[in-house]
Amino acid sequence: MSAETPLNRAPIMERFGEAIEDIGFTHGVHAFVAPPDIIVELCRFLKEHPALQFNFLSDICGVDHYPEAPRYEVVYHLYSLPNKWRVRIKCRLGDPPRAPSVTEVWRTANWHEREAWDMYGIRFEGHPDLRRIYMWEGFEGFPQRKDFPLRGYRDELNPFGAEGPRPTQPDLATRDIPTGGRVTPET
Amino acid sequence: MTEVTELSRPEGEAPGTKEVLLNLGPQHPSTHGVLRLVLELDGEYVTRVDPHIGYLHRGTEKLAESFTYTQIFPLTDRLDYVCPPSNNLAFALAVEKLLGIEAPIRAQYIRVMMAELARISGHLLITGALPMDLGAMTALLYAMREREMIMDLLEMVTGARMHTSFCRVGGVREDLPEGFLPKIREFCDIFPNRIRDYERLLEDNRVFLRRTQGIGVIAEKDAIDLGLSGPNLRASGVDWDIRRDEPYEIYDRLDFNVITRDEGDCYARWRCRVEEMRESIRIIEQCLEQMPEGPFQVDMPTIAFPVDKDRVHCSMEALIQHFDLSAYGFKVPKGEVYSAIEAPKGELGFYIISDGSPKPFRMKVRAPSFVNLQALFGVTNARYLADMIAVLGSLDPVMAEVDK
Repeated sequence: MSAETPLNRAPIMERFGEAIEDIGFTHGVHAFVAPPDIIVELCRFLKEHPALQFNFLSDICGVDHYPEAPRYEVVYHLYSLPNKWRVRIKCRLGDPPRAPSVTEVWRTANWHEREAWDMYGIRFEGHPDLRRIYMWEGFEGFPQRKDFPLRGYRDELNPFGAEGPRPTQPDLATRDIPTGGRVTPET
Repeated sequence: MTEVTELSRPEGEAPGTKEVLLNLGPQHPSTHGVLRLVLELDGEYVTRVDPHIGYLHRGTEKLAESFTYTQIFPLTDRLDYVCPPSNNLAFALAVEKLLGIEAPIRAQYIRVMMAELARISGHLLITGALPMDLGAMTALLYAMREREMIMDLLEMVTGARMHTSFCRVGGVREDLPEGFLPKIREFCDIFPNRIRDYERLLEDNRVFLRRTQGIGVIAEKDAIDLGLSGPNLRASGVDWDIRRDEPYEIYDRLDFNVITRDEGDCYARWRCRVEEMRESIRIIEQCLEQMPEGPFQVDMPTIAFPVDKDRVHCSMEALIQHFDLSAYGFKVPKGEVYSAIEAPKGELGFYIISDGSPKPFRMKVRAPSFVNLQALFGVTNARYLADMIAVLGSLDPVMAEVDK
């Protein structure tokens, strides 16, 4: 673990210095904490600034910090192909979790965000096609939340599941799904 | 195997021009696992594709939160089951970064050699399976013959043909067995000629070329935008290989070329993999040459299992150490890490958040196949249903990794 960051932080701090918090360079990745309302702007800036060029979105990851508050977090990992830098952007979200979608910046965000929605119920606003991706349509609840039992809930199909009422989830997947546009390949 | 549903024809539309919804999969040989593609067809033309995944979702990430770090290795085997040693390596590296340790040099050489064997085994499968999807059965049978040799080598070292679970945090499970080195040298001697055989079978095969050249083109810009990685990205002309650009283990001591192609079509992706196998053989040969003697695990009783099993049976301390590690695991300092390696399919990353306990608080797998599959939305010049099969085959998704 070297403490010296290769990242050229000056343009980022100059533009977003007040809104974001720099939490340093660990294990090869430089990390920032940012509020959800500037995520799209920040991502676009990182991608398009000629000195940074974070053109590759590696990963988007949902995290549930139950029972801490704010409970949810979405973590972006960006990579700069020309500069070979990695950046992590951490963004805490309240309950119910809502975050702006970065599909406008990178198309690859589409499935990553669908996964975070499916597993954690993080609603990405502006996502063109926010459907469940792993679980089936009509599945209730968000299985990777910390208060969702490992074996699921007991029902006729799952005799080994946990007893008890399901936690109330205001944001159930089966309701109020943004329909969005369809993604069509260029043929 | 496929089920055809006809959409109701709108009023006044002439017969013969209606759109057809075709459900390809989830059980279909050319989807390479349980992938379901809902295709909207206009005659033979594909107008829309909607992949449905998740049939193999096992909740690896959720399960990992209730497992100790050592117990997670078998879970990682089951991600990309075609080449498990790479997955083991990626996970071990992430945990080692959190712990601030490094495996001994010999262990690093063994891991790299195993990962390259896995890369050959993964690439062999697709080098054979893509032509098979397009109707050329022969290549797969030859590829499987060589893959069997790799399976034998893996079995010799790990005892398992598929789910190897060979890496450990801080090293590998055991040293290379006696008689392994001549075997792998023999493989390194034979294999380059065999690669030549596959090329001779296919590179002048007009049917194969017509079905792959210029089909399913992904432009460089689209490939980056869609997050492709590995051979799929390099076939579109992006010169990026994590082994060279962010060297992990001992890759910086090795001399190998990064294969890129400019066309970005199905043939380029196939070609990239064939040539990467040659480079992998070179890497294995260099590993064999440079590999030093020495320990294969870190000398840290709190992390590594006791090497000498006889001691476990005779000494109380060793027994307690073994029991402790098996039952409770070891504590990993609080923090978070994202560690990526160049797996055969692309960038395989593990993002681990540790809360200081022996189990990860959150483990996210950045699965290359999951992201690569999205390229279905970015291909051009894949008009026909049959082209879709070629594109899917050339992207080389392993559904177990897509679904995690």
